[in-house]
Amino acid sequence: MRSNNDPRGALVRPYAVTRGRTEPRQDIAIEAVLLTSPRGQQEAAFFGRDKQIIANLCDGRAQSLAEISAHTQLPLGVARVLVGDMVADGLLALHEPLFEQNDDDRMELLERVLSGLRRL
Amino acid sequence: MDFAGSDATRLSPAGRITSAKIVIAGGFGVGKTTMVGAVSEITPLTTEAVLTAAGVGIDDPSKVPGKQTTTVAMDFGRITMADDLILYLFGTPGQTRFWFMWDELIRGALGAAVLVDTRRITDSFAPIDFFENRRLPYVVGVNCFDSAPRYAIEEVREALAIAPEVPLILCDARQRESVKEVLITVVQHAMATLRAERARAGVRV
Repeated sequence: MRSNNDPRGALVRPYAVTRGRTEPRQDIAIEAVLLTSPRGQQEAAFFGRDKQIIANLCDGRAQSLAEISAHTQLPLGVARVLVGDMVADGLLALHEPLFEQNDDDRMELLERVLSGLRRL
Repeated sequence: MDFAGSDATRLSPAGRITSAKIVIAGGFGVGKTTMVGAVSEITPLTTEAVLTAAGVGIDDPSKVPGKQTTTVAMDFGRITMADDLILYLFGTPGQTRFWFMWDELIRGALGAAVLVDTRRITDSFAPIDFFENRRLPYVVGVNCFDSAPRYAIEEVREALAIAPEVPLILCDARQRESVKEVLITVVQHAMATLRAERARAGVRV
């Protein structure tokens, strides 16, 4: 699914998309999921083509940062910058996984995933 | 506007969606993506990270003059388990020199499976070392390729020099039920590890 084997294509355009910025406003986990907010549904079109595509992608179906990167064919770092902007602008709602969770939360999550796998 | 919310993910009870991930590691061509695809609800997708050859300034080639850039690809799949719970399966990049990418991959992961091809058993040393170093619970799945030599499972354990408590199972990365079993073993092992840690810390479980 490599969009472009030309390194210039893989780099220059994406970072033009972020206006040269490479540092995201916040560190978003690769599996963190995003949902388009009501504001995003209505206003993402005014924030540029890439953000509109992302808003459409996450409209009504939670998508991870990894999925956004894959579907838009933008490198992970670029997708992270755009998504970080969209979260800051209220266009996307961010659901971060809990990294610093306590043991009880961790065990509960493991139990939920275990029963989910058994139901597959 | 659709207020009925035909898609359940929009209307989770607490409004919060939890995502979790399990990492699938192993040498090049061992069947990681096949394994992900066997249980994923979506055709495995690829996400790419662009980095410099030196591996510094991730995704930022502009900071290193005259450097070369490399693309690291990771395949992944998704299992939506409930309206508020999504499990992602991430295959590690084939080249073990991209360790920093592995750090991002395993951060917060529930656990990992190392897929082993008995014809190239040494390919699994690096991921096993890495998970042991980072104390990430992992299991070893011996992928039974049709043409692969069948070793007794304990011979494989010995060759890999893994601790007796690390689960080691035979599997077929193409078969959904078999892959399900590997993932269940990962989660059960993660739970056992957590219980053991708590017991050592003197917490009653």
